[in-house]
Amino acid sequence: MKKKLIQLDHITKKYGNQTILDDLNLYINENEFLTLLGPSGCGKTTTLRLIGGFESPDSGKIYFDNADITSLSPNERKLNTVFQKYALFSHMTIAENIAFGLKISKKSKLYIEDKIKYALKLVNLDGYENRSVDSLSGGQQQRIAIARAIVNEPKVLLLDEPLGALDLKLRQDMQYELIRLKNELGITFVYVTHDQEEALTMSDTIVVMNQGYIQQIGTPEDIYNEPCNAFVADFIGDSNIINGIMLEDKLVEVLGIKFPCADSGFGKNKPVDVIIRPEDIELVQPELGSLSGTITSIIFKGVHYEITIMANNYEWLVHTTKYFEQGSLVGLAVTPFNIQIMNKPEFSDEKAVDLNA
Amino acid sequence: MRKLGRQLLAGPYLIWITGFIILPLFMILYYAFTTSGGNFTFMNLIAITHWVHVKSLLLSIKLGLICTLICLVLSYPLAMILNNLKFKNQSFMVFIFVLPMWMNFLLRILAWQLLLSNNGIINTILKSIGFPALNILNTPTAVVFGMVYDFLPYMVLPIYNSMSRIRKDIIEAAMDLGATSPTIFLKIILPLTASGIVSGVIMVFVPALTSFVISDMLGGGKVLLIGNVIEQDFMDAYNWNLGSGLSVVLMIFVVASMAFMNRYAKDGEGTAVW
Repeated sequence: MKKKLIQLDHITKKYGNQTILDDLNLYINENEFLTLLGPSGCGKTTTLRLIGGFESPDSGKIYFDNADITSLSPNERKLNTVFQKYALFSHMTIAENIAFGLKISKKSKLYIEDKIKYALKLVNLDGYENRSVDSLSGGQQQRIAIARAIVNEPKVLLLDEPLGALDLKLRQDMQYELIRLKNELGITFVYVTHDQEEALTMSDTIVVMNQGYIQQIGTPEDIYNEPCNAFVADFIGDSNIINGIMLEDKLVEVLGIKFPCADSGFGKNKPVDVIIRPEDIELVQPELGSLSGTITSIIFKGVHYEITIMANNYEWLVHTTKYFEQGSLVGLAVTPFNIQIMNKPEFSDEKAVDLNA
Repeated sequence: MRKLGRQLLAGPYLIWITGFIILPLFMILYYAFTTSGGNFTFMNLIAITHWVHVKSLLLSIKLGLICTLICLVLSYPLAMILNNLKFKNQSFMVFIFVLPMWMNFLLRILAWQLLLSNNGIINTILKSIGFPALNILNTPTAVVFGMVYDFLPYMVLPIYNSMSRIRKDIIEAAMDLGATSPTIFLKIILPLTASGIVSGVIMVFVPALTSFVISDMLGGGKVLLIGNVIEQDFMDAYNWNLGSGLSVVLMIFVVASMAFMNRYAKDGEGTAVW
């Protein structure tokens, strides 16, 4: 049983009339790499700022190590934040930046010097002590921001889209760097991002959020393979999301065709969302598929081709490593196991699904 | 040919610079280093050592420093308050503080003359609530009043400017690293606004040092600043040589004090004057 380090208990946060978070419950385990993932405006950054102490909730409590920290200000909390735009102190050298927190906690000179060396080594920037902030690139600045946070030995490191301002290659390098750091330091990371690939690569646990509600909590594999609703399926990777009717257990009707599937317990003739991942569709001879259609476009994506196929009045998205001629007739086959069935959301605002309700 | 055409565009500015900046400067220097007969001399510069000139220069420096200090003490908290307002209110409040600058300079000083006079509004109010009247018109205090009123916006704006450039996440980062409000002020806000303070100090101290109209109108001829002495040399005594000589000394003093201030502004940004 893992130890719960941070607990958010019935948190509600409003800005004026707008509800950002509505009765949010979440716990974060010790030594976990937890990612808050969602589109902009979903409340993920607000959640992080609540944990950091930069915002206070309108109602609800925040516990850290079983102690109520709801009313503590950021300088009283034993966690440190890495900001999206680095937020380095431009009037100080790199060493002074890293030493800032240590000087405040009145550590000895020797200890501080040791720590600066250690932290710079950890982020692969040895010898940068006396450089100025402006002389560093964005990626280097972000490493310094991470170094500045971790020298204080926080139990939790909060990261607010720290790679958002970096270019793609650097972003990928930094992802591995962060995983390494997390393993070396053995501290809890709470990471905010809107980038699903980043979340899948780094996290132990992903929390998918939308419009102030948690949609799903799970491991990257769970979230990708077993999305609990159409929103999660759509947000994590590409998906074919189609209206269907669950005829009976293990049989669903989609676009007028009956598909055998693996799910049961939905009742009879129930409208559902049917989700099929593009890589789970197999392209076969027209007569061998469950349905057939013509290829309307084919785009080379490096590892695979992205193909759209018009079949039964629906434009299917398919990923395949084989090349097909545009305009050719193909059959589509799906194994029952790869068809995900989901209840339709009960709200008219279909994307906001409250799991607590 | 096209290059020449473009260079011609600089012509008007060249004429302006030579005609209105370089030429007058050389004329001042010429007068400063010659006698009324046209012979070369250092006497006009050395004249600063005459007791009456030393006295007025020292008084100018003293009042200039007092005025700068008061402006700084008033402006810094004001800039902080402005900076913490909501953005919409911010520009409005800055507008309010800059508004008096749009009024005629003489009119503003004249208004202070009326406010501060023995039977003026301030004394009438003081008397009506039982306080003794203040006789501050025609004293150095009145001159400082006028200077502070006039030069305050030149201190507020650069400080406010440098303060508004500090991003909110910088403050949050400091707080996150354990800093309390006093620490944040001393270690983050103050150093990051140093350049604004330096420009503000220069922009207030230099005009305060050289001013003569304010001391004339609020000092009643009793407060003799170095600016007044120079003015009198030119306008009353018709001794252009002595006036120019003292002006050159004052100029050297101003440049020296600006250079001195700038040693304390690490990054050049925001020091609009230097």
